[in-house]
Amino acid sequence: MSILVIAEHDNAVLKAATLNTITAATQLGSDIAVLVAGHGCGAVAEAAAQVAGVKKVLLADAPHYAYQLAENMAALVVSLAGGYSHILAPSTAGGKNTLPRVAALLDVAQISDVIKVESADTFVRPIYAGNVLATVQSKDSVKVMTVRGTAFPAAVAVGGSASIEAAAPAADAGISRFVGQQLTQSDRPELTAARVIVSGGRGMGNGDNFKLLEDVADKMGAAVGASRAAVDAGFVPNDYQVGQTGKVVAPELYVAVGISGAIQHLAGMKDSKVIVAINKDEEAPIFQVADYGLVADLFTAIPELSKELDKLKAAG
Amino acid sequence: MKILVAVKRVVDYNVKVRAKADGSGVETTNVKMSMNPFDEIAVEEAIRLQEAGTAKEIVAISLGIAACQDTIRTALAMGADRGILVETEVELQPLAVAKLLQAVVDQEKPDLVILGKQAIDDDANQTGQMLAALLGWPQGTFASKVEVGAGTVNVTREVDGGLETVALKLPAVVTTDLRLNEPRFVKLPNIMKAKKKPLAVFKPADLGVDVAPRLITLKVQEPPKRQAGIKVDSVATLVDKLHNEAHAI
Repeated sequence: MSILVIAEHDNAVLKAATLNTITAATQLGSDIAVLVAGHGCGAVAEAAAQVAGVKKVLLADAPHYAYQLAENMAALVVSLAGGYSHILAPSTAGGKNTLPRVAALLDVAQISDVIKVESADTFVRPIYAGNVLATVQSKDSVKVMTVRGTAFPAAVAVGGSASIEAAAPAADAGISRFVGQQLTQSDRPELTAARVIVSGGRGMGNGDNFKLLEDVADKMGAAVGASRAAVDAGFVPNDYQVGQTGKVVAPELYVAVGISGAIQHLAGMKDSKVIVAINKDEEAPIFQVADYGLVADLFTAIPELSKELDKLKAAG
Repeated sequence: MKILVAVKRVVDYNVKVRAKADGSGVETTNVKMSMNPFDEIAVEEAIRLQEAGTAKEIVAISLGIAACQDTIRTALAMGADRGILVETEVELQPLAVAKLLQAVVDQEKPDLVILGKQAIDDDANQTGQMLAALLGWPQGTFASKVEVGAGTVNVTREVDGGLETVALKLPAVVTTDLRLNEPRFVKLPNIMKAKKKPLAVFKPADLGVDVAPRLITLKVQEPPKRQAGIKVDSVATLVDKLHNEAHAI
């Protein structure tokens, strides 16, 4: 069985979600190729070649892959698809954008957000906001699937020695064009890769109050997340959103502050190892999944938490 | 321009669904059904384009059992001009829906197709992309802003690191994210008016599309339950527990 993994990157750095996807690929077989498509992305190909378990890296370097537009990416993947039994991509905004287009062009179904590989044709995926798990079997000749990163450990990023081959670029479809981007600048760890996440909800009241959470997050080396309510209210940018329609995270510690715990939010964080809830409403559903719950006003609890973290640090 | 909007009838987002005891599916009898929230946003966006004078006609389409008519009527009550139901008892998967939509697009020749980015039941997030692929059209997925120009549409997309804007040649497919707009409430007089709006019904065979499911669902089950933990009485206790018991900080 030959498996093609589509790498997620920004032309400079191989994104961590790719490593989790490679682990899912190793559960299907050992003949794993990674496609790095971009522009000026040689460093990414070299990083991918180092990843344990990867046999071959295909490098497609052309200006029209610079922003990985789905129209051009899908055409490229389809041109390379012959001979592969499985095509995988991380279940990120990039993977979700491109892969269904690939599947349709190959006339096969796509399996979204795989959380478990049962066998080469049988997979488990969450439906209904993660309230139900479906085990599905694909009868298609090629299995096209996106992989939920938090469900698979990251492959070791060093020690591999894959060959790098140039892949012929497909023609530029010319029907779409990148115009610009506004990326959120942050020194904190990336949400999906963070060991600790501190998230705020509607209870934060306004965007300025998120500084309280940022202060605590910095003391814990944590990323800051948010519920949909906090994003919709304009407290923080949308890419902070954790949930069914935002990011799915599974950190070691998730601290939910002023978040009621709607099913759509739980879908994005209930696989966290330890969940802490701080909420003044003791009936809030978040307490039903929290390992440690504190019924308190966050505006007194969070500054206190900040002080306690200082004490802990001072005590070593 | 003419806009086609695809809407899906799903279990209402407030309902806590349960897997059937025999693992064959999800309990949907006597469960409240509604229009998929992302599709409401798609309908709203089409109506706003019409109100802005950009769109001339809005056609709402749904695919599935006869009861999907209700979902189309809701779209008509919001402001769509006419409806199309592709009626079938077969469980439709995204690829089949995309093929049926492609056949309807070939007949209707819209300039823009707007869909929700995902249905909250199957959580697939595939149909819009698949439709764009089958038509050979460009796609603007996870849209939080749509600006129609002459022969093009600029779509601002929600991506993992923030926002990205792409320019697409029309005709194009757009899928909506939650932040695109706030859908309007349907007023009673509009519900009455919607009953008089035309609604055409097709069968998949009329459109020449094979809708047999490609994926077989072997089993549906509830995920392992997470147990509620303990309540602590102070921040100091919380930090102590996290440090000494959970070893999380």
